[in-house]
Amino acid sequence: MSIDEGVRRLPTQEITTHTDSREILANAAADTERYGLDDYFIVDVDSHHVELDSWPEILQYLDNPVLRDTANQMMRNWPNAGRLALHNHSPGLTMQDVSGRIPHQAALAEETPGSEGGAHRDVTLVRRAMEAMSIDLQVVFPQPMLETGLHPQPQVATALLQAYNRWFTAEVLPREPRIKTMLGLPFEDPEACLATVEEFADHPGVIGFLVTSQRHAGVHRNAYMPLYRMLEERGLPIGFHAGPNQADSMTSTMNRFLSAHSMSFVTCNMTHMTNWVINGIPERFPGLKTIWIESGLAWVPFMMQRLDHEYFMRQSDAPLLTKPPSHYIREMYYTSQPMEWTDDALLESTLCAIDAQNSLMYSSDWPHWDFDVPGKIAAIPFLDDHAKRNILGETARKVFGL
Amino acid sequence: MTTTTARSFDVGASTDVPERGRLVVAIDAGARTVTVGVFRFRGRLFAYENVCAHQGGPACQGRIVSRVRERLDAEQGSLGTVFDEDTMHIVCPWHGFEYDVTTGRHPGRPDYALRPVAVAEEGGRVRVTL
Ligand code: FES
Repeated sequence: MSIDEGVRRLPTQEITTHTDSREILANAAADTERYGLDDYFIVDVDSHHVELDSWPEILQYLDNPVLRDTANQMMRNWPNAGRLALHNHSPGLTMQDVSGRIPHQAALAEETPGSEGGAHRDVTLVRRAMEAMSIDLQVVFPQPMLETGLHPQPQVATALLQAYNRWFTAEVLPREPRIKTMLGLPFEDPEACLATVEEFADHPGVIGFLVTSQRHAGVHRNAYMPLYRMLEERGLPIGFHAGPNQADSMTSTMNRFLSAHSMSFVTCNMTHMTNWVINGIPERFPGLKTIWIESGLAWVPFMMQRLDHEYFMRQSDAPLLTKPPSHYIREMYYTSQPMEWTDDALLESTLCAIDAQNSLMYSSDWPHWDFDVPGKIAAIPFLDDHAKRNILGETARKVFGL
Repeated sequence: MTTTTARSFDVGASTDVPERGRLVVAIDAGARTVTVGVFRFRGRLFAYENVCAHQGGPACQGRIVSRVRERLDAEQGSLGTVFDEDTMHIVCPWHGFEYDVTTGRHPGRPDYALRPVAVAEEGGRVRVTL
């Protein structure tokens, strides 16, 4: 007896870090067919590549010869520094893949025949993900670089961000016009932020700038006003990209990655949004488009209610405001992932509260462990097609002028 | 009214599905292709469609691992985590949803469930019915 005709044993019985992205994501094709996603303009406003794979190349873009020498000596002499020199990458993040249960988080170690060097390989991997998920344009960010706001030496963090930005604009963006980015700002140094915008704002593929949210700077400090003015004048959005922190005053009490991840990816943006709104930054720069990235959505109605509640009693603490905090919050933009969809009624009221059809932009966060496919938006039963088209791409088209 | 007739397919030999192992096959069933994972736990076979209840990921191609439990002492203090060898989980590789292989259900939220597929073993062969 033998296997019946029409039955095929899958070549990949178990998906591992070595499986091709297109195969990992093959089931996304079912959504493409079911929802006709090929007919939608899909922009993914938050995805990642692994910059540490190209770390030795990136470090050669360090401006300062002394720091470059430090980096090269570290890579030469320290057995494990080849992909980490000068970086503050936190070892706790290796818990992200849930002990090998979610392999693509740990590595995309698949074959990429013919790719020369890290940047070329990155572009190949991004193209595979876009193809598998029917994405038209993808905004690509780094990963461990998102932690540089916690670097013990802020001047090193600034230098690393500058080197990374130069590398990304020189090596990655020119290879694929469908890749876009919002470049990280060296936020510890307001002057360097201005220089960064000046240097890269007109570079093809740069569609905005990013504050990595794990940091201890008050975003309302006067030193940042020239930066916000500059971005507003140039029509470039500012994004706040959340990140993990397992060692802040609250998460350091937590014994599970789940706990620290659930909280820290949100509390960093809660902090910045509070300073942003209560200090009236939207009143000062009404044309500055603000995007909150990778904190999910469930926190936003909480912030609206909490800040309104206190504002009504303490108007003198927020004198620049001319309307309740929730109104400003509703006028800002949000990326969708990780969209907490555990209760239909709660999700529906969240989407209504934030005016999702005009403020929400789809993001995958691929290849992270809690990524979302476009089908997740298409499947929402209480949104009409117009809203879904906006969320999947049309709002991003408007916000970024794509 | 349309009626679909169930059809049974030989998908492999019994030895293709070892204890705590799997066999994942794509089956052309009329107009559509269905991918099915067949698993064996304590000698019995279980089969599910390879579509996760979460976002449709390839749940049957993920890690096979025992359920993790936490032991407590008499005072309800934690003694740490252990593998429960009496429960075999299959883990969707997209985002980690775990399913008890004997029920196809998520251990914490049973309405998240894989679609079961009928499976039988006769004469050293494995047959699934769609
Ligand atoms: S699709 Fe399976 S865990 Fe999300």
